[in-house]
Amino acid sequence: MFSRAYRAAITVPPLLWVAVFLLVPYALLFCYSFWLVSPSQVIVHSWTLANYRQLFDVKVYLQTLFRSMGIAARVMTFSLLLAYPLAYYLSFYAGKRKELLYQLVIIPLWVSYLVRAYAWKTILGSDGVLNTLLEYVHLSRHPLEFLLYSPFAVVLTLTHIYTPFAFLPIYSSLEHVPRSLVEASHDLGASPFQTFWRVIFPLSVPGVVAGATFAFVLSLGDFLAPLLLGGPSGIMISNIVVSLFGAAYNWPLGAAISFCMLALVLALLFLSESLEKKWSFR
Amino acid sequence: MSHERVSRDRPVPPSRWLPGHAIAVFGFLYLPIVTLIVYSFNGAGVGGFPPRDLTLNWYRLLFADDAIWSSVLNSMLVAFAAMAISLAFGIPAALALDRANFPGKALFRRLVLLPLILPGIITGLSLLMLFREIDVKLSLLTIVLGHGTALISVATTEVFAGLQKLDRAQEEASLDLGANYWQTFWRVTLPNLRLSIIGAALLIFTLSMDEIAVSFFLIGRDNTLPLEIWGRLRRGITPEINAISSIIFVFSLAAIATWYRLRQGADGKPDLLL
Amino acid sequence: MATGQLACDCPGKMPGRRPGGADATRDDGATVSQTATADATQASASALLTIRNVAKSFGKILVLRDISLEVAEGEFLTILGESGSGKTTLLRIIAGFESASGGEILMGGERLDNLPPYRRRVNTVFQHYALFPHLTVVENVGYGLKISKLPKAELATRVEQALEMVKMTPYAGSKPSQISGGQQQRIALARALVNRPRLLLLDEPLSALDANLRRQMQGELKAMQREVGISFVFVTHDQEEAMVMSDRIALLRRGELEQVAPPREIYNRPATAYTAQFIGHTNLLGGEVKDGVARCQSLSWRTGLRDGPGLFSLRPENIRPAEGAAGATVRFRGKILRQAFHGATELIQVECADGLRLSLRTASRENWNGEIELEFSPADAVPVRPSQEKT
Repeated sequence: MFSRAYRAAITVPPLLWVAVFLLVPYALLFCYSFWLVSPSQVIVHSWTLANYRQLFDVKVYLQTLFRSMGIAARVMTFSLLLAYPLAYYLSFYAGKRKELLYQLVIIPLWVSYLVRAYAWKTILGSDGVLNTLLEYVHLSRHPLEFLLYSPFAVVLTLTHIYTPFAFLPIYSSLEHVPRSLVEASHDLGASPFQTFWRVIFPLSVPGVVAGATFAFVLSLGDFLAPLLLGGPSGIMISNIVVSLFGAAYNWPLGAAISFCMLALVLALLFLSESLEKKWSFR
Repeated sequence: MSHERVSRDRPVPPSRWLPGHAIAVFGFLYLPIVTLIVYSFNGAGVGGFPPRDLTLNWYRLLFADDAIWSSVLNSMLVAFAAMAISLAFGIPAALALDRANFPGKALFRRLVLLPLILPGIITGLSLLMLFREIDVKLSLLTIVLGHGTALISVATTEVFAGLQKLDRAQEEASLDLGANYWQTFWRVTLPNLRLSIIGAALLIFTLSMDEIAVSFFLIGRDNTLPLEIWGRLRRGITPEINAISSIIFVFSLAAIATWYRLRQGADGKPDLLL
Repeated sequence: MATGQLACDCPGKMPGRRPGGADATRDDGATVSQTATADATQASASALLTIRNVAKSFGKILVLRDISLEVAEGEFLTILGESGSGKTTLLRIIAGFESASGGEILMGGERLDNLPPYRRRVNTVFQHYALFPHLTVVENVGYGLKISKLPKAELATRVEQALEMVKMTPYAGSKPSQISGGQQQRIALARALVNRPRLLLLDEPLSALDANLRRQMQGELKAMQREVGISFVFVTHDQEEAMVMSDRIALLRRGELEQVAPPREIYNRPATAYTAQFIGHTNLLGGEVKDGVARCQSLSWRTGLRDGPGLFSLRPENIRPAEGAAGATVRFRGKILRQAFHGATELIQVECADGLRLSLRTASRENWNGEIELEFSPADAVPVRPSQEKT
């Protein structure tokens, strides 16, 4: 139905832009990971696997990667635990207030990440709101140290940031469960809990997988929260990359780590997509 | 056991702990925001409990702070430019995905949507490498290019959703009545997509104003607002940050309220905000 | 069809059947009481379901007003009405998906509307089937049995029997997305019946099927109900469907019951103008009764009704071309305006001397023209109540 000129006009410009500003940069990232930096801080275009070898030989990189994955896994778990019952409540119990509550969940998403991370800093600090509150009501005598500059703070902040992200696909999949199926299940004798377990939950799994993927992948690559709140024990893999592009000045090594992250993320996305397809019933 | 009132949009009897959980989660989500706003009026500065000495001092300091306002200006320039780029390439991309078949379409779709879920650091770094290789100096322009690229996915997603709702028969009717493809596009397709495009524009603008991960690597001499705040945070917390954050929050609220009202209007659903 | 496999859960009695053609109607239009079966203990006093003064409003909108109805054991009752009449709402209240704003529902003498749907011995066949997409056909059908913790072996047997009864055994392992609409409908039916409910509710289950399949399913459903002996409450807007399948029809209009009667009675003795027009075609004659004579424009006949305004329903098939000597029939001349050929019969519209227009249905004949002499017997002019416009 559409002319060739029309079709060309709508496909070529975006294709070109995406090629230039996405494909080429990723390819460059790949190339950089094989290059080296000379002592005089010049990028040498020689091809070697040295960077990758370094990743596996020097312990700190793998350690940090695993710590990051641990943090990401915790963020994913807590986000799901917070988001799922909330989404379920909105979808099945909130009735007329559903729309309003939905907007209330979305609003924090639109407030700057930096602003929210910073707010947690003021809350969790030894001079911060939480500590002074606890002392004020005599629940503690000294400021709790672990609250800030620790993995705890990073997990807390990232959970706060990514719970709405996890909420969105879960809520969407719950909304798509036809109400007639819920009624049919009740009609056949299943209690509300049995209905949830046998009908609603299985049909919401694709949303859960999507939400979990969002939370995990985005937490894994996060560098701001660790920088603000992580302290020395909360450093994540992206922080290493940032310093390699900054003070430590080793772009090729940084590129290698980044590329590994990219590969890992792509693998996770692929896995998540196939899981979603497998458990989706349309 | 008595049978509580049920109906179509509430097919299960009330639960005891779910509302409590919901309240707790909302509390968790809003605690930092509320703290921020309250403490932006706190005379004693950041932290401490309870807040005392209510004052507008920090807001006054904020308004006299030139660096912040020039960064706000920069951010807005970037946001508008990024909006233009994202829409200029995102709308055709959505059209292409909806109605054209070409080799590599699946790959294209994934590529366009990738920056949405990829951690910003990867997008930012790879663009940094590109600019370095082609010898482009980092500046507001590079940030514009970065935001534009990352946010194409937002434009594409919104417009694609709008296209799904579009009745193909309208375009066919236009062609039947003698208009060619371009005229049909301008007179029929685009007006129908108006709401999706406006919604996308609003979303892109707001996301660009808040964007930090990609901007972090592409920043030149001029700061955007998030990066200006970031710089100050490195040096130490000042309560002015609370003030500007509160203002950002209020604007975000206004933006999302508008966006949501637009969407609701398009669906023909009653506006339940009132 | 497998016989006797799904034994009725009724308390050891043969469910009463209203014989199809033996209803007698009296000329004054009084309803005929149920004909009893040989079993003398079968009495209408033991109604299965009693709906008493049920009302329902959604916000300010009153959808059901003061509905009182009884469903007998083993009866096929159809709730018939246009969209917006409240028929689906009534069904959902019986099933438990909506709570009534007023009134009560009793089953076997005990309050039903106090129970949640999963405690009622009632099952529903939904309009769009509501099959669980993530479960196979066998798992769908066995869902209710599994919930009630039936032992595996017995569960499997009963599911097998149910599938056989709806002729869907080869599809046991399929998922709902893999079978057609008509097949899904059978599975929905099996899934409900396998639980041996005391009452089966059907919410326009045939509306999504094409015409031929629909007619076929009507016959099968009717036969199945006779077989199984469970009371069926069937909701539809299709009056032909209602007449084909039901033992009794409850006509619902704007939230109120217009008439509740067996199909023949509701057709031959409609109580109101609305009923007469909704079910089949009719001519509505308005006029006056005075001194034992009913007069509608140029037509008049003797009647035993009291004096006053009169409204009469005269079915097209009861008007025929006049033959032989004028006896007790009403004769008149009509000029032919229009004729519509319907195969075996024709629908002819005529105009009488005073402008009164009537339709008649008669066997097809090649040439109709000009004026014809027509007649009908006074007994076929059924007095009906006028139907007011309701708010």
